[in-house]
Amino acid sequence: MNSYVLIFIIVGYLLLLFGIAFWAEKKAKNSWVNNPYVYTLSLAVYCSAWTYYGSVGIAATSGVSFLTTYMGPVIAFPVWIVVLKKIIKISKQHKVSSIADFISLRYGNDRFLGALVTVICVLGVVPYISLQLKAVSETFGIISNNPINSSGTIFKDSTFYIAVLLAVFAAFFGTRTTDATRRRQGIVFSVAVESVIKLVFFLGVGGYVTYFLFDGTTDIYNQIVISEDFETLTTFDSLESGINWYFMIALSFLAIFLLPRQFHVSVIENTNKKHLKNAIWMFPLYLLLFNVFVIFIAWGGKLRLEDTANPDYYSLLLPLQNGDVSLAILVFLGGFSAVISMVVVSTLALSTMLSNNLIIPYGFLDKFSRSRPKRNANYIKNIRRIAIFSLILGAYFFYINFNIELSLFSIGQLSFVVIAQLAPSFFIGLFWNRGSSIAAKVGIITGTLVTTYTLILPFVLDAIFGDMNFIVYGPFQNELLRPYALFGIDFLNPVTHAFFWSIFFNSLLYLGVSLSFKGNYRERNYAEMFVDSNYNSLQENAFVWKGEAYVSDIRKALNRFLGEQRTERALNLFYQKYDLPKNAKKADARLINFSEKLLTGSIGSASSRILIASVVKEQPVSLIEVLEILEENKETISTNKFLKQKSDKLIQLTSELKKVNEELKHHDKLKDEFLDTVAHELKTPITSIRAASEVLLDNQDMSDELRVQFLDNIVDDSERLTTLIHNILDLEKLASGREMLDKKINNLNHTIEKAISGVHTIAEKKNIKIIMTEMQSVFSVRYDEDRIHQVLTNLLSNAIKFVEEKKGIVKISSKKIKNYIRISIEDNGKGIPAEDMKYIFDKFYQSKNQNVKKPVGSGFGLAISKQIIEGHNGRIWADENYKTGARFIIEIPD
Amino acid sequence: MILRKKIANIKEEILNKKKILIVDDEPNIVMSLEYTFKKNNYEVFIARDGSEAIEILKTQIPDIVLLDIMMPNVDGYQTLEHIRSDASTKNIKVVFLTAKNKVSDIEKGLALGVDKYLTKPFSIKKIMTEIDELIT
Repeated sequence: MNSYVLIFIIVGYLLLLFGIAFWAEKKAKNSWVNNPYVYTLSLAVYCSAWTYYGSVGIAATSGVSFLTTYMGPVIAFPVWIVVLKKIIKISKQHKVSSIADFISLRYGNDRFLGALVTVICVLGVVPYISLQLKAVSETFGIISNNPINSSGTIFKDSTFYIAVLLAVFAAFFGTRTTDATRRRQGIVFSVAVESVIKLVFFLGVGGYVTYFLFDGTTDIYNQIVISEDFETLTTFDSLESGINWYFMIALSFLAIFLLPRQFHVSVIENTNKKHLKNAIWMFPLYLLLFNVFVIFIAWGGKLRLEDTANPDYYSLLLPLQNGDVSLAILVFLGGFSAVISMVVVSTLALSTMLSNNLIIPYGFLDKFSRSRPKRNANYIKNIRRIAIFSLILGAYFFYINFNIELSLFSIGQLSFVVIAQLAPSFFIGLFWNRGSSIAAKVGIITGTLVTTYTLILPFVLDAIFGDMNFIVYGPFQNELLRPYALFGIDFLNPVTHAFFWSIFFNSLLYLGVSLSFKGNYRERNYAEMFVDSNYNSLQENAFVWKGEAYVSDIRKALNRFLGEQRTERALNLFYQKYDLPKNAKKADARLINFSEKLLTGSIGSASSRILIASVVKEQPVSLIEVLEILEENKETISTNKFLKQKSDKLIQLTSELKKVNEELKHHDKLKDEFLDTVAHELKTPITSIRAASEVLLDNQDMSDELRVQFLDNIVDDSERLTTLIHNILDLEKLASGREMLDKKINNLNHTIEKAISGVHTIAEKKNIKIIMTEMQSVFSVRYDEDRIHQVLTNLLSNAIKFVEEKKGIVKISSKKIKNYIRISIEDNGKGIPAEDMKYIFDKFYQSKNQNVKKPVGSGFGLAISKQIIEGHNGRIWADENYKTGARFIIEIPD
Repeated sequence: MILRKKIANIKEEILNKKKILIVDDEPNIVMSLEYTFKKNNYEVFIARDGSEAIEILKTQIPDIVLLDIMMPNVDGYQTLEHIRSDASTKNIKVVFLTAKNKVSDIEKGLALGVDKYLTKPFSIKKIMTEIDELIT
C-alpha cells in the first residue's frame, strides 16, 4: 500500500481521536465520560505495542513466557486495589501529581529524591517509548511495503512525523491547565476508546487466524503439535526457567504500580474511588481477553509464514499473506492505538515530573517567584510542552540508534527492571514508618547502578560494539563479576538476574540505612501520615510547619502561580472551612500547609515546599518539640486510646485518693471522738469521786447508811478509773507490739468455759442464756490463755450488752477446720448497723446502738481483741450476712 | 401559836422551795448533787437522760435545770433546744454541767441559750454558789 495513503489514514485516525478527546473534555461531568468502565479501560494503557505485537513474538519463540507480563497484574490485582486505595487517598489529600511527587512527599518532600525518581522514570520509560516508535515504524514499513530505511535522514522517515504528531497530541491535551492534579478527561477518554479499539482489532485478527485461516483451535493445535520444538514452547524445561518465570511475574506486578503511566491513570486520573470496585474484575478480564488468541496467532504464524518473518508481526503478516490488506490496516490501527495511548500518557506523566520535580525546583523557582501569575502559568505549560517533545524525540533518537537491533520484548523488560528500582522505597515506605529519605536515595541509586552493570552495560556493549568478552569473561577476567552471572548465579536469564541482584541490593541498603539513620522530623511526620493514611493530620492541621508567616506574603506566593481569582477563591473556602477571621495578619500552620498543598499541584511538592519556605520564617525545631510532634502525630486513635486509659486511670486514682482521704478524715474524726470519750470517761469517775468526797467531808452528820453508800461509790469509781487506764495502756502495748504473747498449749474448751463463768453472774442477773454448742471433744491449741480469755470475755459481754433482758440468747461454738480453729459467738440482739460494720474494730469506735444507757466499755474491747487475735496470726471479723443479731468469728491457726 | 408558826414556816418553806431538775446519766454523780441540793432546801427532780427530762418538764416547771451534755438517746444540746422552744419552759434557767470543756462546746452551748456553763470535775460548793447566784 502506498505510504501516503497510510499516512493519510493515520492522520485521519488521529483527528478522530482529537475529536473524541475534545468531546470528552467538554462533557467531563457526563456519565459517559466519568464511569468505572472508562476508568478500567484507561488502566488498559498497560497493554502497549509490546503487548499487541510482542506477546505473539514471545509466544512463537519462547512459549508461555509471554503470559508473565499479564499474570503479574492479574495475580496482584486484589492486593493492588487495596494498596491503591491508600495511595489514591494520600495522593488526593496532598495533591500529588506523579509517582515522583508521591515518593518525594513520603520522604518529607525531599527535592533530590523527587528529581532522582524522575530521572529513573525517564531512564526507564524513554527506551520504552522508543519501543513503541519502533513498533509503529516497523508495522508502517510492513503495511506500506517499504523496508525500514535507517540510513536516510530523519526527515524522510515517516516515524519521525508520527512521533511529532503524537507529541502535538500529548502536548495539546496534557497541558491545558498548570495544575497537574486536574483531571484530563479528554485524554483519559481517548485512551479508553483506544483500549477498546486495540482489543477489538486484536481479537478480530485472532478470530480471523484461528477460524478463517485454520479450522479452529483444535486444527492449529493438531498441526503445531507435530512440529519439532513444540515441547519447549509449552512447558518449562527446567527449574531455572520456572524461577525466571516467577521473577518475571514479580517484575510485572511491580510495573503495574510503578510505571509512570499506570500511576497516572490509576491514581492521578481516578475520579471516584468506587470505580476500583469494578476495575477489580474488569481489568483482569481485559487482560485475559487480550491473551486468548496470542498463542494461536503465534502457532498460525509459525505454520504459515517463513522462518525469516519477524514473529512479532505475525498478526499483520498473516492477513497480508492472504491479501486481506484492509484487515491488516485495522490491525495496524489497533497497534497504533496501543502506541498512542502509551506514548501520550507516559510523556504526560513524565513531563509533569520533569517540570515539577526536576526543572522547576532546580532552576526556575527563583524566577517564578518574582514573575506575574499569567506568565508563570505559561512558563510552566511551556516547560511541560517542551518536555513532552523532548521525551518523544529523545525516544525517537534512542530508537534510531539502538532499537533496530533489539526485540520489543527485551527493551520492555529492561524498562521494567529500571522502574522496579522504585519498589523498595515505594512499597516499604508505604507500610513502614522508619524508611528514611537517605535510605531511599541510597537504595535507588545502588539498584540502578547494579541494573546498569548487569543489564544495560552488557546490552550496550553487545549492541554497539559487538563486544562479548565482557559478558563471557567478566571485567579483568574475574568470573564472579560476570555481568550476567554475578557472584556465580548463572542460571537466571539476564533480565531476571539483573532484577534479582538490583532489588536485592536496593532493598538491603534501604532497610539497612533506614535502621541506621533516622530522618528529620518533617520526614518522620510524613512517614507517619503515609503509613497510617487514616491519620487526621493529613488535613491542613498537620504540624509540619513551625514558624511564622504573613498572610500577605503567602497570598502573594499563591497569586503568582494560581492567579488572583483562584487564590481568593481557595482562601475564602479555607477560611470558611476553619471558621477563621479573614483579616488575620499572621498565617497559622494550617494556612501554610494548605497553601503548600495548593501550590503542589502546579509546581510539585518539592518546589512548593521551597517556595513556602521562602515566605515562612521557619524556626529551628527542638528535640522536645520533635518528640511532641511525633507524639501528637502518632496514630491518633491509639493516642486517644492511650490518653483515655491514662485519664481513666487518673479518675480511678483520684477516686481512690478521695476514698483514702475520706477514710483518713473519718479516722481523724474518730480519733477526736475517741479522745473526747477517753477524757469524758476519765473525768466521770473523777467527778464522782470528788463530789462524793466533798459531800462526806462537809456533812459529818449524815447517816451511816448513806455514808457507806457514798464510800462504796468512791470505791467503784476508783476501780472504773483503774480499768480504764489499764485498757488504754493495754491497747497501746498490743498495738505497738511491746506486749509479748505467752503462747502455750491450752485446752480451748476449758478457756471458753472459764470465759463463760466470768460473765455468768451478769448474764444471770439479766436473765440472758449463754449456750455452748457444737463443742468438739477436748482439743488443744497453742495460744496465750489470758489474752484469748480476754477476747472471749469481751465478745461475750458485748453480746450480753446488746441483747434484750430476759429474751437474750448468746451462743458460743468452736470447731477445727483444716489447720485452724474457728470460734463463733452469736447473739439475738439488734445486730450491727451496716454503716458501723467497717469501723467496729477501730479502737476509737463506740457503737451508738447499745441497749444500756451508757456504754460500759469505752470503745476498746474489739480493738484490743483484734490486736490479740492478730498477734496469734489469726483473724477476727463480724459476719455481715448474719441478720438475726451479731455474729463474731475468730480464726486462729492450729 | 408555836405550831401555827411552825406550820406557817413550813408553808413558807414549801412555797419558797426552789425546784431543780438534775439531768445526768451517771448515778454516782447525781447522788452527790441530789444530797447537797436537798440539804440546801431544794426540791430535786432526777432524769437519767434528755427524754426523761422532757417527760418531767411536762408536769413540773423547775427554777433551774442542771444538764449534762453527753448522754445516750437525747443529749444535753437537744434537751436545751427543747426547753427553749417550748413556751412553758423557755424561761427556765439552764446550766450545763459537763466534762466537755472545749471552746467550741462552750460556744455551742451559749449559742443555744444556756445560762451558765460549768465543767466537770467540779466543786459542789462552787456549784451551789453559782446556782444561788443565778436564781436570786
